[in-house]
Amino acid sequence: MSEARAAAVGRPLVLFPPFLWLALFFLAPFAIVLKISLSEPATAQPPYRPQLPWSLDPERWRAFVEGLGLENYRTLLADDLYWGAGLASLGLAAVSTLLLLAVGYPIALAMARASAAWRPILVALIIVPFWTSLLIRVYAWMAILSPEGFLNRALLALGIVGEPLQILNTNAAVLLGLVYSYLPFMILPLYASLERQDPTLAEAASDLGASPLVTFWTVTFPLSRPGIVAGALLCFIPIVGEFIVPDLLGGSETLMLGRTLWSEFFSNRDWPLASAVAVVMTVLLVGPIVAYRNAEARRLEPRG
Amino acid sequence: MRRSRFTWFNGVALALGLAFLYVPLALVVLYSFNGSRLVTVWGGFSTRWYGALLANEPLKEAAWTSLKIAVASSALATLLGTLAAYALVRHGRFRSRTLFTGMLYAPMVMPEVITGLSLLLLFVALGLERGFWTVTVAHTTLTLAFVAVVVQARLVDLDRTLEEAAADLGAQPVAAFLTVTLPLIAPAVGAGFLLAFTLSFDDLVLASFTSGPGSTTLPMLIYSSVRLGVTPEINAASSLMMGFVAMLLLAAAVMSRRRGRGAAVRSGRG
Repeated sequence: MSEARAAAVGRPLVLFPPFLWLALFFLAPFAIVLKISLSEPATAQPPYRPQLPWSLDPERWRAFVEGLGLENYRTLLADDLYWGAGLASLGLAAVSTLLLLAVGYPIALAMARASAAWRPILVALIIVPFWTSLLIRVYAWMAILSPEGFLNRALLALGIVGEPLQILNTNAAVLLGLVYSYLPFMILPLYASLERQDPTLAEAASDLGASPLVTFWTVTFPLSRPGIVAGALLCFIPIVGEFIVPDLLGGSETLMLGRTLWSEFFSNRDWPLASAVAVVMTVLLVGPIVAYRNAEARRLEPRG
Repeated sequence: MRRSRFTWFNGVALALGLAFLYVPLALVVLYSFNGSRLVTVWGGFSTRWYGALLANEPLKEAAWTSLKIAVASSALATLLGTLAAYALVRHGRFRSRTLFTGMLYAPMVMPEVITGLSLLLLFVALGLERGFWTVTVAHTTLTLAFVAVVVQARLVDLDRTLEEAAADLGAQPVAAFLTVTLPLIAPAVGAGFLLAFTLSFDDLVLASFTSGPGSTTLPMLIYSSVRLGVTPEINAASSLMMGFVAMLLLAAAVMSRRRGRGAAVRSGRG
């Protein structure tokens, strides 16, 4: 091991640049978000106060600290609108993650059971839509679901409905859009764990007389748990803060946290309140994010 | 070892799943050639909307901005992400590993509105003017984790004895990395670069927060017109974006095939 280590490029040389970059552009900004979430909005440039005193004068620092307060968090807690957005985000993220699992699992299972020649092709077919802009993928559904869209045209032509259904701008459209946008994120971890499963285990179960369904529920499904956990986290966490899907497919009643943050920032120009929403969202997601980091680190751990 | 049989149920699941993924995108491409101004009524084949795009100056300018940002940020992300992957695989457990992997993997799942807002507030606090470089920094921060994961997966599977052989033959670590390790992980580095490129080229949320006047990206421009509804011109713009990405993917597949075979031959002889 020590000999092998001698063959590697020195740690400071390879670790320092990415470490510094992430500390400066990912970690440090959170401290600033936290600070601004304790500030109050102001009609100034930048639109909040107090400003950091760039001096060593203790008086100015005391004034700065006294200027901070929990006012924005009180606003968030007192207003039903924000509670509604928070609950709707978590609810829609949970429901869409379950739907993703239900839709993604049969597809991942089929990929894992395909012949060795087909598997890489199927993986590529699942990944390709992911390389297309999320904006375009959501836009495609606007054209399908709108009152004069493809779906309503087909339903009208077949005489199933008398007048166009209002699907666009509802929560149903948001769920559909979320499932569509995040499907590769669910399928790929599921496939990775199903593909690695030892087929002799399922074989043993069926040799001992288990029906295919029983074999699936008692052997295949429980063994794929790491894939289920990774896929669920990879979908749930970003969906809680998703902006594009609820903004383009949702109606005015679809208030999710990502959309709330966006409108507080861009429409109301209330930077401190937007920061407080970001802090609340981060706190809600810390547990899942740590779980995801652990799952990812375990998966990519060097062997031995 | 016999694999479980591929049943008709598996076949149906796959067919429905792929149809679900591809039909909406196919409709966008098909209707970008629609002669009618009505978005969902077929009015004959026409390329008039592509012609309209060519005359659209703000759109061409935004596409150029997006392209420049994507090249700059994915080059930076590939460099930093490859270093990060190398540190994680070759240096085992170091003291700050937990903090480092946390910072590395979090941006992949972190809602983009949070990353975007926090970066913007940093740039404002530092007094930086927003524009090309602030978007580039934001995209690099988001995408370097994706590069790191792709390269890390390849490095973990790499035969370490090749590097050790180079060291035994007197190569300095940096020389061994450049002449042995890097050529072997090149397909993964290339795939990481491409992934970073498309993520940057497609990004709306981070760019909306961190760009300034004069650095409107293509997704920002498309978003502002999508909000007003579906138009044939956006169908054409979207189809071009998809075609561009598909071309890149095809080039990458061809390239990694050739490189992969070359590497296999080289290590087979060695």
